[in-house]
Amino acid sequence: MLDLISRHRPLSLLAGVLFAQILLLAFQIKREHDVRLIRYWAAEIVTPGERAATWVLSRVGDVWNGYVALHRARAENERLRGELDQMRLRNAELETQAGEAQRLRSLLGLRETYPEVPMLAAQVIGASADPSSHTVFLNRGERDHVRRNMAVITPDGIVGKIVEVLANNTSQVLLLNDKDSGVGALFAGTRTHGVVKGTGDFSPRLEYVVNDEKVRPGDVLLTSGDDRIFPKGLLIGTVSDAAPGNPFQVIHVQTGARLDRLEDVLILLSQQELVPKQTEASTAQTEVPAAAPGVVPASAPAATAPASPNPASPPGAKPAASDARSNSASRAGANTAPKQPASAPAPPASASHTRPPAAPPASAPPAPQR
Amino acid sequence: MPSLDAQSDSKVEVHKYYRGSVIAVSFLALLLQAFLHKYGRWPELLDLPLLVTFYFGASRRNPVSGLFLGAVIGILQDALSHGRPIGLYGIAKTLVGYVASSIGGRIDTEEPTSRFVLVFLCFHFHQAVLATAQRVLLNRSESFFSLRLLLGSLVTAAFGVLIFALLDRLRKPS
Repeated sequence: MLDLISRHRPLSLLAGVLFAQILLLAFQIKREHDVRLIRYWAAEIVTPGERAATWVLSRVGDVWNGYVALHRARAENERLRGELDQMRLRNAELETQAGEAQRLRSLLGLRETYPEVPMLAAQVIGASADPSSHTVFLNRGERDHVRRNMAVITPDGIVGKIVEVLANNTSQVLLLNDKDSGVGALFAGTRTHGVVKGTGDFSPRLEYVVNDEKVRPGDVLLTSGDDRIFPKGLLIGTVSDAAPGNPFQVIHVQTGARLDRLEDVLILLSQQELVPKQTEASTAQTEVPAAAPGVVPASAPAATAPASPNPASPPGAKPAASDARSNSASRAGANTAPKQPASAPAPPASASHTRPPAAPPASAPPAPQR
Repeated sequence: MPSLDAQSDSKVEVHKYYRGSVIAVSFLALLLQAFLHKYGRWPELLDLPLLVTFYFGASRRNPVSGLFLGAVIGILQDALSHGRPIGLYGIAKTLVGYVASSIGGRIDTEEPTSRFVLVFLCFHFHQAVLATAQRVLLNRSESFFSLRLLLGSLVTAAFGVLIFALLDRLRKPS
């Protein structure tokens, strides 16, 4: 090369001088967007090489990633599967915790709504091994001052009552749908009384309602308080279907609480009527107190119910019905009850009749606590 | 017509000039070229730096010195112009200096006729290079040939014949 240059020295020098001047020009001349010509040239010289290098490198990378590096894919796949399984477990755990938090929040809301009513939160720790017996076990017992015949509720509605206190930290609940269970009930709208009895399956029945009474699916049933176990005004459920019978209608009830999915419940430590806490704002707007989900205040009439005096039973009123085990006690106090089959709980004092108007007018103050 | 009897280097005489005369003449040519532009447009027909480049390139018959002389004169001419990137005249006159010195080694450039023709051709060669460079580098459509350029080449060639006779006096006696 040097030999060639020295042999053609003038020509080489000419080329060098011309090149230097062209470079000098390229430094001065500006093209579009005020970019110097030397930059254009540099880009045009460099970019094809860069483009080619990028293309080659990308192809090499494709080959590497698509073929050579695949030997790691199996191990990575297994690792990712493991991580996915762990994540699924974690997700399930978090979902469970979220559900639990939601349940506890609703329980807490119920407790805060009725601060004067002593309640005890409990967890369902087991169920009956007998398919025909609808009972569950709670993690509360004698140590927590749990006693027989205490009501067990959820924010969605009543659940049942304590039938046995088995240990310091265990008690047994007879569910609403057990065939031995019975709850004094009344329609939220018409204030007609009856008895909700368990049938052994998931749908209990409302009994002692005469055929003349207009009952429609969706009618809301509340506790009447006559059984002296459940305070008045708690939601039992809704009518799922009704048909004429002999001598009373056959009415099936859809319970408000999901008795097949119980996890957290509240034990009412007293039979005190649940009167929700009133806030100043709610008092100013309406005198009908707000209620937690699943609880209808005893003093608040249903929208369709006529304005009527408070039907709350006076203290010491005889319980209408609780369950078969308390039937004798119920019958003893139900002097005015019609004749009932021996196995059936005594109907309420006016079971087949529409009671006098049940609730005070909407503007009336809430019923006093018993 | 230029005589084509210079087939051998022994028949072509290489002239030498007094010390500093090349620089002084080149500087004077640039000065006059810039000075004469004050007096109208007719000096534009005359390209004194081109004449100097051609003359010394053809007389000394050394391509290296010819191209460097052309480069220096051209760059200085660019520097004295306004708005023209430095290097355009430099490229053109570098090539003219190289070509003139190459021709001077092969063709007799002492005859007035040959001088006139060679200057005429060099003028258009210079213009062609200049136009090409402007088209390529500056994206300007500079014309390769026009009547004005033709007139300029004739004037420059004629003036060259006269001025070359004066410049011959600066040669050292052989």
